[in-house]
Amino acid sequence: MQMLFLALAAIALISGVLVVFQTHPLRSALWLIVNFFAVAGIYLLAHAEFIAAIQIIVYAGAIMVLFLFVIMLLNLRRPEEETEPGYKLGQKLTAVALAALTAVVLVYGFFRAKIPLAKETAVSVGNTESIAKSLFTDYLLPFEVTSVLLLVAIVGAVILSKSRLK
Amino acid sequence: MVVPLHYYLGLSVALFALGVVGVLIRRNILVILMCIEMMLNAVNLAFISFADAFKAVDGQTFVFFVMTVAAAEVAVGLALVVAIFRHRATVYVDDLNILKW
Repeated sequence: MQMLFLALAAIALISGVLVVFQTHPLRSALWLIVNFFAVAGIYLLAHAEFIAAIQIIVYAGAIMVLFLFVIMLLNLRRPEEETEPGYKLGQKLTAVALAALTAVVLVYGFFRAKIPLAKETAVSVGNTESIAKSLFTDYLLPFEVTSVLLLVAIVGAVILSKSRLK
Repeated sequence: MVVPLHYYLGLSVALFALGVVGVLIRRNILVILMCIEMMLNAVNLAFISFADAFKAVDGQTFVFFVMTVAAAEVAVGLALVVAIFRHRATVYVDDLNILKW
């Protein structure tokens, strides 16, 4: 179990690094799909089967297909001239230092956190039934608000892609 | 043998920091959006590891909401990218100074 976790974590981290440092966005997108699959495997290890399935269907399926569509839509002309303007070395070092600071703050927060959650006694956490029960009872209002959010996103995306920016 | 909680949290922190690096050092707006997705994924991982550690299903419900917000964000973000590309013919954030005065 632990070996499986470490292997999946290594895949996730390596593919994450490749997402950041690939020159072509298409390759970044493909490595991001690998990353999503590895994280979905880790969700399975953490007894979140439903979320793992959703991760593969929604993220690796729908969202990444959308990304690939847009990349292929935009970068079709002059692919060889499209070189990304680079940052100076100092700027890159500052960015890495800021990210390291973020990580340090997060680790500090995690290890100092006193979490007052009581241990609940859900027998089968993670199956679709318990998530559905939580979604339709305790979180019913957020669930409905989510549908409004998706409607707003649909309308926004349609309007943005219909009219040209003036 | 159960994987300890801090393993999950360590991976989550590492993925989040990787996403921060990507957002800060890349100039291609598509890659920046992908790195934001990676950061959201890292947060989801933290939620799920806590849900597993405390045997509470609320963490997984929150991941459901985060995924919905991520899907909406990507749809609107990519529509914006396409609209900007039609207007300015660029995907690099350096060339986007519409909001600057």
